[in-house]
Amino acid sequence: MTATQLKSAHSNTDYDSYSLWREASYRLKKNKMAMLGFWTLLALFVIAACTPWLAPYAYESQNLALGASPPSAQHLLGTDIHGRDLLTRLMYGSRVSLLVGFAATAVSLVIGVLWGTIAGYIGGRIDTVMMRIVDILYALPFMIFIILLMVVFGRSFLLLFLAIGLVEWLTMARIVRAQVLSVRKQEYIDAAIVTGLSHWQIIYRHVMPNILGPVIVYVTLTIPSVILLESFLSFLGLGIQPPQSSWGVLISRGVESMEEYPWLLIFPGLTLSITLFSLNFLGDGLRDALDPRTAKS
Amino acid sequence: MSLLEVSALNVDFNTRGGVINAVNSLSFTVERGETLGIVGESGSGKTVCCNALMRLLPIPPATIKGRALFEGVDLLTSSESRLRSIRGRHIGMIFQDPMTALNPFMRIGQQIMEPLQLHYKTPKDLARKRALALLQEVGIDKPEQRMDCYAHELSGGMRQRVMIAMALITEPDLLIADEPTTALDVTTQAQILALLNELQQRRNIAMIFISHDLHVIKQIATRVLVLQKGCMVEQGHCAKVFGAPQHEYTQSLLNAIPKGEKPTRYRHEQALAPNFLTITNASISFAGKPTPHLAVNDVSLSLARGEILGLVGESGCGKTSLAQSVVRLVDLEEGEVKLQNKLVTSLNKKALRLARKDMQMIFQDPFASLNPRMSIFEIIAEPLKLHDLAKTKHSLSEKVLALMCEVGLEANWAHKYPHQFSGGQRQRVAIARAIAVEPQLIIADEPVSALDVTIQAQILKLLLDLCWQYNISMIFISHDLAVVRYVADRIAVMQKGQIVELGNTEALLKNPQHHYTQTLLAARLS
Amino acid sequence: MLKFFAARLLQAIPVLFVVITATFFLVHSAPGGPFDAEKTLPAEVLDNLNARYNLDDPLYKQYLSYMGNLVQGDFGPSFRYSNRSVTEMILTGLPITFELALYAMLIALIIGISAGIVASIRPNSAQDYIPMSLAMAGICLPSFLMGPLLVLIFGISLDWLPVSGWGYAPGDKILPAITLGTGYAAYIARLTRGGMIEVMGQDYIRTAKAKGLSTPMIIYRHALRGGLAPVVAFLGPAFAGLLAGSFVVETIFQIPGLGRFYVQAAFNRDYTMILGTTILLSTLIVLFNIVSDILTVWLNPRLTLKD
Repeated sequence: MTATQLKSAHSNTDYDSYSLWREASYRLKKNKMAMLGFWTLLALFVIAACTPWLAPYAYESQNLALGASPPSAQHLLGTDIHGRDLLTRLMYGSRVSLLVGFAATAVSLVIGVLWGTIAGYIGGRIDTVMMRIVDILYALPFMIFIILLMVVFGRSFLLLFLAIGLVEWLTMARIVRAQVLSVRKQEYIDAAIVTGLSHWQIIYRHVMPNILGPVIVYVTLTIPSVILLESFLSFLGLGIQPPQSSWGVLISRGVESMEEYPWLLIFPGLTLSITLFSLNFLGDGLRDALDPRTAKS
Repeated sequence: MSLLEVSALNVDFNTRGGVINAVNSLSFTVERGETLGIVGESGSGKTVCCNALMRLLPIPPATIKGRALFEGVDLLTSSESRLRSIRGRHIGMIFQDPMTALNPFMRIGQQIMEPLQLHYKTPKDLARKRALALLQEVGIDKPEQRMDCYAHELSGGMRQRVMIAMALITEPDLLIADEPTTALDVTTQAQILALLNELQQRRNIAMIFISHDLHVIKQIATRVLVLQKGCMVEQGHCAKVFGAPQHEYTQSLLNAIPKGEKPTRYRHEQALAPNFLTITNASISFAGKPTPHLAVNDVSLSLARGEILGLVGESGCGKTSLAQSVVRLVDLEEGEVKLQNKLVTSLNKKALRLARKDMQMIFQDPFASLNPRMSIFEIIAEPLKLHDLAKTKHSLSEKVLALMCEVGLEANWAHKYPHQFSGGQRQRVAIARAIAVEPQLIIADEPVSALDVTIQAQILKLLLDLCWQYNISMIFISHDLAVVRYVADRIAVMQKGQIVELGNTEALLKNPQHHYTQTLLAARLS
Repeated sequence: MLKFFAARLLQAIPVLFVVITATFFLVHSAPGGPFDAEKTLPAEVLDNLNARYNLDDPLYKQYLSYMGNLVQGDFGPSFRYSNRSVTEMILTGLPITFELALYAMLIALIIGISAGIVASIRPNSAQDYIPMSLAMAGICLPSFLMGPLLVLIFGISLDWLPVSGWGYAPGDKILPAITLGTGYAAYIARLTRGGMIEVMGQDYIRTAKAKGLSTPMIIYRHALRGGLAPVVAFLGPAFAGLLAGSFVVETIFQIPGLGRFYVQAAFNRDYTMILGTTILLSTLIVLFNIVSDILTVWLNPRLTLKD
């Protein structure tokens, strides 16, 4: 068997003590696309965080006389029809889009991990009922519900990420539960029970560390889908309200005048696509790096 | 001319850690009608070698060099289409686990007929007739019905019979069987071996039979080839190699097989403290369709302090459930378990956690029983910390290192992680974890069946030493009578949830009363 | 089979009931009414309007009468377009949306599955990287970007294809279907690749190789059925996604489908229209999920049609 052989080869080589995490980070670092994604994201975050100091113009400043102008030395990405600097608007928009992405993912993470862990660890009838609820919710047209919520309760920022988070937790719960279930079957959990650990200790010490990998991977893949969802809603005019801007709002404005002023569509679109690219490549890279099955090669 | 002539076969794997030489200049021949046994431990390259002959290895990372002439065609350099016309037509293969080797999405009839339709363009009705006849020949009853079954609807033994039928339907000249009985129960194993023997003689096919199990090789092969770390160390006629092994590795393999009685120094003097552990009228059932499955049916047992009881039976007989109920991993439906004066079955949560200090467990699969995210040190330290057996950090690390030393692990490995160890070393870690809390009772669930024979012997010796030294009682679960004979003072034989025979090891093995025990013995120690 | 289908349908009824009820009360708990936008309306006109649509009844009464009508297939009148009933509008919009979703699904399946298979044959080679990079691009270019870009290139610059309408001019269905389909094609390609690589690593593929089958035969006879399982399971969610995606695509290409109606209704607070479309779309999605489940079970003999 090749696998066993490789394993024994590993143990024969006298490496320094290293953990699976270090192994994973080594593999991740070798994945160029994932690392490119990682650095791009880091740059984006830094820029978004420091926008009030970095932005070339104030958010409210506008030059009505200028109108829509193509990229120039004064306005690197041009201005919109109201004479506002596009780069500034894009930077402020990034703050909103990224914040929604992360906050909604955080909401889904908390609910999903709790739900999935409880269902998977306890198992039996409780598991059946809990997962049945997830199945039912899963079959619902959540996009329609988010729109409904936005329509009924007004387009507030808080509501938006709560609504998205409340939808995205379903997949998280499923993934966590499947992981917990497979970890739960491992003999080291039985060994921990026989040792005398309480269930909370087992969850904390033995289950959590072993499901962390897939959870991290899924988080990196949820963020882009949330960002996309927000842009989607804003594009339809049902998400973030002007004058606040987000990538979706900017793209939707850009589409309105794309024939005359294409830069208004191209730059926001490019920013969104690059972000999605980075997150997806990083997520894929993390999945490959953390999957023990790919550890062979 | 020989049917198959392999010369200077070399297989390398390119990995991050460098090139691994899996098979090293291996040469052998297979004559028509003979069975060549290839024996070796895990990692010896026996499977890689046969997959290389059929070019079933992924290239890269593998590189194959050498020559393998099969009826004048070099299997290693022939064109892909030429090779395909040999695979499945002139050379059939049987794999270790018939559950995964059969396509779960395809009816088995279709799978059996496939080689015939592929290589001979046999019309469907004719192929079906041939498949039916063959199924009958390999001993499957009601073949008409079985043809339309899926793999998961058959038992393990039947699946392997289907695999054999599938490999034989084109009447190949050579059959390569890769550990074909390893995944099966002993009695089924014996049946499949007998079937292969019979088919091979009737049809005069040549066979390469790979196994890690010397017993099995002895029973089926005419010649044997011993592999160690990719190199051949010895080859010759079975009787000669097993009777008078030349190479020291072959000798150590043969010596490693637990044979004979339990060493006298470890033997237990009965009645020191009888009824140390008592199980009375235990029953366990699992929810199932259509009726609940009764895994353990009204079993009573008792164990003396320091005694080792072997619990023997085939998979699904309930031995694991029974043992797990002692440590309350499974709850009894009826009956009770008493350890000394404590009624284990009625302890509340907190009392149970405390009581776990006295009873520990060792599991079968040392790759699954250690948390991959914890270092060896953390794994062994966990029970010590939990049961407050080390007051200071210093004494904790002293204790862990002492335990590691005791089970034969080097102290500077403490900060390594489980995946950096071999199976035997991992099992040592598991043993250290179990004895850390100084238990009075250990449940060992097939602790050596996932290990190579030479490692097996070491681990068994270690367990015996520890039990003897600390006066630990043990329930030793195994399907392997030879192993049990070597460690157990008494043996309990389980079948279908019940203990069918119980007695002192030697007496029971010499004079088995129950017919099931007799079958087991016949299957194993022939 | 039929029994399983019936059982799942029965299970769906309470789910749909909850959905309908929740939607109804959610919509009616909204601050502001449907006629608030017209601030100039005198009080008595407003009262008349409210009376006409029974908006002055207690909520439970409105609910009961709505449910009563619904059972008979009547979604009520549209608040916005007083001369048209919701049922009428749905009946004109639904076939269009359905057709759009169908074309998009076909594009997604054909492109996605073939690209996925091609990529899975030699993982980590150019044959893998090229289709998978394209797939990644497809995922990262959402429909609301893809649509305008296609319009700019094929509609305006090259002037090859019409950029609005549905069935008015030849070829006007091409761009919307592609816009809606590509994202899902990309997703399906990734799923197919993953599933196929997983299956191709299984022992029974080695068995098939040992029997002498060629790679195309192994893929067709042994691997596809297992490898496409993730795609089949994804069909239900994909359909839901396509319907939601039609909101954007129909808005961009000005297609008079259900999605466009829904977005407009959302802006206009056209309660009955929102309610009606939500109920209809939910029902469709729930039904499609059942179909997807059944297909999954049907493809895998190890699962049984019992639940």
